[in-house]
Amino acid sequence: MLKRSLAIITLLIIGYWLAQGLAGVPFGQDKMLVGQYYLNHVEAQTGAINVVTAIVVNYRGFDTLGEVTVLFIASTGVAALLWGRKKKRTAKTEGSVVLTTGISLLFPFVLMFGGYIFIHGHLTPGGGFPGGATIATGFLLMYMAFISYEIPHGKFEVTEGLVGMGYVIVGLIGLAISGYFLFDWIWQTWHWGAGNIGRLFSGGFIPVIYTLIALKVGTELSGIIDNMLKEEVKE
Amino acid sequence: MISVYYFGAISLVLIGLYAVLVKKNLLKILIGLDIMESGVNLLIVSIGYINGKSAPILSEGIGPSQAVDPIPQALVLTAIVIGVATTALALSAAIIVYEKYGTLNIEEIRRLRG
Repeated sequence: MLKRSLAIITLLIIGYWLAQGLAGVPFGQDKMLVGQYYLNHVEAQTGAINVVTAIVVNYRGFDTLGEVTVLFIASTGVAALLWGRKKKRTAKTEGSVVLTTGISLLFPFVLMFGGYIFIHGHLTPGGGFPGGATIATGFLLMYMAFISYEIPHGKFEVTEGLVGMGYVIVGLIGLAISGYFLFDWIWQTWHWGAGNIGRLFSGGFIPVIYTLIALKVGTELSGIIDNMLKEEVKE
Repeated sequence: MISVYYFGAISLVLIGLYAVLVKKNLLKILIGLDIMESGVNLLIVSIGYINGKSAPILSEGIGPSQAVDPIPQALVLTAIVIGVATTALALSAAIIVYEKYGTLNIEEIRRLRG
């Protein structure tokens, strides 16, 4: 009891202190400095109309590279922590017929919608990470509905590595063409899709990179699900 | 008067911190960490809001002067993914701890090096 009341008092003090700090940051008012520059120049400089994905992939591409690295390390870490020689699914009860049939029908639609999200990253809300998470959700549904379902490990791990390398290679091509890493060569050098802004074939290398990122995120999250759902089998 | 979004974000952070300080179950502590992370993300996004403006996707009718600040949304996109990654890692560590010690109570888990 004493511990709880002490914790609550401390937290109230911290909360008051945070509120005092935020009182100097007015809500709902224009505080943009760099943001206005991005909004004004995004169409001319990147060819995308979704400013958030243009910032994430183009203006601040190193953030995304680090983010992908963090996710890769997490997936490797989960695999290393849960590594064991004999691992099997431990689910024992088969799902009902309605569940398995429903998931079998739903699975291609979930994958298709995930693909739609990441291909249209430069036009609509979404992008690589939500698209990849949607694809992983499809595989999670399969894992939940079928007790013996397993992702094809070899293919998934190879895909994960290849698309990760593809992202770095796209960046390195920019380095070779123009002198800095993650330079948008498809837009800046080729002017590909310049008369097409707002349609599918535009946006420089944002759709390319988001396709790679989504495949990477989807395979990594599916691998994490796979690792977590398995348990060591005692002989 | 503080905005309701800031108040909600600070409250989420404090609720998460309370769970981390007081709770004994490892999974409840992880839930507290997740709640804290949601609070931080809500705070970052709400700082970028501008009254009466819409999402930063430029289309017909929405020009560069009618969109909210896009930078906090890009930052939160990064932060969410990092939160998911750390949560997955922490959960697998919790699985290992439960397999090794047979309990998730942090007061009963001794000899963490052994």
